[in-house]
Amino acid sequence: MIFLVDLLAATLRNATPLVYGTVGETYSERSGVLNLGIEGTMYAGAFAGFAAAWATGSPLLGLLAAIMVGILAGAVMALVTVTFGANQHVSGIGLTIGLIGLSEFANRLIFQGGELQRIGPMPTINPLAGLGDLGPIFDQYGLTWIAFLVVVPAAWWVLQRSSFGLELRAVGENPEAAEAAGVSVARTRYLALMIGGALMAIGGAFFTLALLGSFTLDIIAGRGWVCVALVIFGRWRIGRGVIGALLFSLIFSLQFRLRILPEFAGLPFEVLLALPYLVIIGALALSGRNVAYPGAYLKPYRRT
Amino acid sequence: MTRISPWSTPVLVATAVLITFLITAGPIIIAGANPVEAYIAFVVLPLTSQFTLLEVLVTSTPILLTGAAVAIAFRAGYWNIGAEGQLLTGAIAAAGIGTLVGDLPPMLALPIMVAGGALAGAAWALVPALLRVRFGIDEVVTTLLLNPVALLLVNGLLHGPWRDPVTGFPESPRIVASAEFPTLIERSRLHLGFILAIVVIGAVWYVLARTPAGLRLRATGLSPNGARFAGINVGATLLGAALVSGAIAGIAGVSEVAGIQNRLTGGLSPGYGYTGIVVATLGTLTMPGVAIAAVFLGDLTVGASSAARSLGIPSQLGAVVQGVLLLTTVALLAVRRHRARPVDTADIGPTDARAVVEVPPA
Repeated sequence: MIFLVDLLAATLRNATPLVYGTVGETYSERSGVLNLGIEGTMYAGAFAGFAAAWATGSPLLGLLAAIMVGILAGAVMALVTVTFGANQHVSGIGLTIGLIGLSEFANRLIFQGGELQRIGPMPTINPLAGLGDLGPIFDQYGLTWIAFLVVVPAAWWVLQRSSFGLELRAVGENPEAAEAAGVSVARTRYLALMIGGALMAIGGAFFTLALLGSFTLDIIAGRGWVCVALVIFGRWRIGRGVIGALLFSLIFSLQFRLRILPEFAGLPFEVLLALPYLVIIGALALSGRNVAYPGAYLKPYRRT
Repeated sequence: MTRISPWSTPVLVATAVLITFLITAGPIIIAGANPVEAYIAFVVLPLTSQFTLLEVLVTSTPILLTGAAVAIAFRAGYWNIGAEGQLLTGAIAAAGIGTLVGDLPPMLALPIMVAGGALAGAAWALVPALLRVRFGIDEVVTTLLLNPVALLLVNGLLHGPWRDPVTGFPESPRIVASAEFPTLIERSRLHLGFILAIVVIGAVWYVLARTPAGLRLRATGLSPNGARFAGINVGATLLGAALVSGAIAGIAGVSEVAGIQNRLTGGLSPGYGYTGIVVATLGTLTMPGVAIAAVFLGDLTVGASSAARSLGIPSQLGAVVQGVLLLTTVALLAVRRHRARPVDTADIGPTDARAVVEVPPA
């Protein structure tokens, strides 16, 4: 029972950055742009959030810094892929290489490679503590509560019910028709990428501001790529993407707990750590066949 | 006398380099250094002494190979972004085979090791390629996801069965002497892997430009539907391109193990697989271009690490330059493509994403 409660609490906690990242990537891709800059954007969000919180003593200002960096990263991606119409795969990888490089460059300048700096991490909140044995499941960081109760429903509502969401989806499915109906394809894609970038950066900042309280190299460790996979797994739907994030996180949290069992004592922990990545590839193999990509996915739009 | 078009590839890439240097002047100034001085240190100084010049070639070796690996896949329209993982599995194979071939002369040991690494790299590329060809599952995501898995495999081996039993360091046992790549020039680190890389580049160029298989590969990359219509087996072509790409990346891993580290280490590759994407794009997916781009990035990397010492600019600036360079190059290529559109649309189609990166006729 304690094992299960602990596992579920960890699942919600570890799913949080994936939820932000997956929702952010969904926005980008539904507008027609694959943003492989996600890995770098999460990395830069993690670093900028940490550095600002460390300098000011305020995790909230850290979060704000991460959001700014994320918006900027999304704007750069938009400039290259929307304004110039460049290849999205290569641009995204370029953005990731550049942002990881820039974060490590700044890390080196600010912290001089000295001893690991720490900040007081964000506190956890538990409005459901009265639930007895189940209470600890809900002892979560504010960013986790916000992710599941605010960001996910709001992101769903905006995408599916608001006129902006309709424009965003139209631009991603059929930009020519959207433009004919008076929607600016470029403006909509810029906005989608900037909103997406902000969400990705919050996901990255969750590691430094909440989970760890410090910044370490390789902190994202492919979680951005996981989010790209989750978007496909979720077939570009917010709800399904979140379910994917929870499943991935469940396996991730489970393998963490398996390591301490005597049956797995001989196994290097890296083997178990690789498990969730392999599971998501397997899940894609089973569910990702012949999925319907957004109509204008990967296609730069040129006004004629 | 022919006039040089401002949109010819050399001019375009040079412009991209120039714009990149303007943008990255920002971080250099923040680091408290003079950008002009810094770029001289990055680009020119490594070429001025024999030792650093050879180091440039040493650093170019793995990215010549990963650049060729990425380019051949991209030319086919197969987005292999997993060169990093394929390189690491090639390195694992080399470190394993390298400890087992003690009784063999180098003439046998080295080819076995190279073949083993190539096979390992191809094997790592096989699953995403099959998923793509058989089930239409996006290879971008699967090749990307296998990169952290390969790194975990390396670290798992180094913290588990291959941990040095004496020192406890996470380093595999040293490979035997007959499995080490010989150095080409005394008192330098330049090793056989460089020759190997040049041979691979030449072979890929020949296959792409002069053989029916190369023609099928290029046709598939330009227009999969057109290729299918012409009777080309697109699935087999993609599978072949993916496996050859993985094999070449695997050889890059062999080269680093046999030529530099002589064992498997955790820091074997500072992202050579991703740098391969920069090299391939900068070289506009042609083999002569890849060769020049790899040496240029090798030059920048050597320059960045010496500038870290002499000018106090963190060497991570090298990665910033790579990222910005990739973005500016791909943006300029897109602008050129757009300008050339009336010619291009005839055979590519205006929105075929598979053909956006390039394309000069081979």
